[in-house]
Amino acid sequence: MATFHFDLVSPEKLSFSGEVDQVDVPGVEGDFGVLAGHAPVVAAVRPGILTITSGGTHQKMIVLGGLAEMSEKGLTVLADVATSIQDIDRAQFAETIAEMEAKLAEKEGTELDHAIERLDHFKSIEHQLSSTAMH
Amino acid sequence: MASLKDMRVRIASTKATQKITKAMQMVAASKLRRAQTAAEAARPYAEKMDAVISNIATAAAGSPGAPALLAGTGNDQVHLLLVCTGERGLSGAFNSSIVRLARERALSLIAQGKEVKFFCVGRKGYEQLRRQFDRQIVEHLDLKSVRQLGFINAEDIARKVLARFDAGEFDVCTLFYSRFKSVISQIPTAQQIIPLVVEAPAANAGPSTSYEYEPEEDEILTRLLPRNLAVQIFRALLENNASFYGAQMSAMDNATRNAGDMIRKQTLIYNRTRQAQITKELIEIISGAEAL
Repeated sequence: MATFHFDLVSPEKLSFSGEVDQVDVPGVEGDFGVLAGHAPVVAAVRPGILTITSGGTHQKMIVLGGLAEMSEKGLTVLADVATSIQDIDRAQFAETIAEMEAKLAEKEGTELDHAIERLDHFKSIEHQLSSTAMH
Repeated sequence: MASLKDMRVRIASTKATQKITKAMQMVAASKLRRAQTAAEAARPYAEKMDAVISNIATAAAGSPGAPALLAGTGNDQVHLLLVCTGERGLSGAFNSSIVRLARERALSLIAQGKEVKFFCVGRKGYEQLRRQFDRQIVEHLDLKSVRQLGFINAEDIARKVLARFDAGEFDVCTLFYSRFKSVISQIPTAQQIIPLVVEAPAANAGPSTSYEYEPEEDEILTRLLPRNLAVQIFRALLENNASFYGAQMSAMDNATRNAGDMIRKQTLIYNRTRQAQITKELIEIISGAEAL
């Protein structure tokens, strides 16, 4: 299978860099998979789980929003926060969600919509986390 | 003439100072290494961000609906100077060179009849600018309690700047920080961040890739521009941090060397004085014995 170069960068560090077979990116307008030779695209990323497939192994990373850029040089995902699924602190994550819920009451208008949207993304991450923990 | 005891005390105190500066130099050296790694780790993100932004922005800049963060407000009457300095001194000319650059810029803007506002990040810059521009400082922020600079700190600053921009408080925002070139050379830099200055793509770069955008181009741009602001500020903070420790390290190195010079000189004077005193006593004894 053809491979392509993939970089996952967050402001604080380069989280992943290497040749991969496939990357599944959680886009704002739906998840999409990227294989080698994908058309050049710039897409916004929503908070979600990004899956990297290389040599038959899957690696899941949690990204909290950002931007994906596919060009002939490869795929680059600029993530606001990128954490490996093994490294994430579940308790802290749950705490963040609780905090966001508490803050909802203060917001109004479009800000409220954005906050609810973001909260939903976070909750779906949490849900996926607890379901993948089984196997 | 100072007595021998006074001299001994002075030498001892210079030695104590030398120990302190030596220790500070070593601490700065180890912190510099960490700050440098952090600054390097942030580079790929900022570079990629730059590339994507300039790609989209060159296309969008000409269109009438371009966001204000890119196209500007159409005015350049009110300038906000975002001055990032260190929290602590004892770092040579680090803080004052940033402040000097900002001050010169401010004075030349005022001379042109523009209005100037300051946003100070870091205690030292605030203290120095307050003397001259107390009224113009609209906000200042201490990062003293921050142990490890995170992206979140930059986001916080960016949010505050954006809130003021949205409220129409200024038209142009310039960021002042010190670029880290090497341990001995830090360059105070001014960088305009609002409206964003997009470098025209190099002519020899070849045909640029035509991207598909998901969602629409302008929607991505509106998401990206505020984020880019935070990224630029973050980069400035990290560069600043590395520069600070670099400047402190070389300042403390100098101080240690000066203290060493001083100790040598003082010891020489001390020994000469001591010998002179012994000689004097001998002469007194001998001439006393001869007189008998």
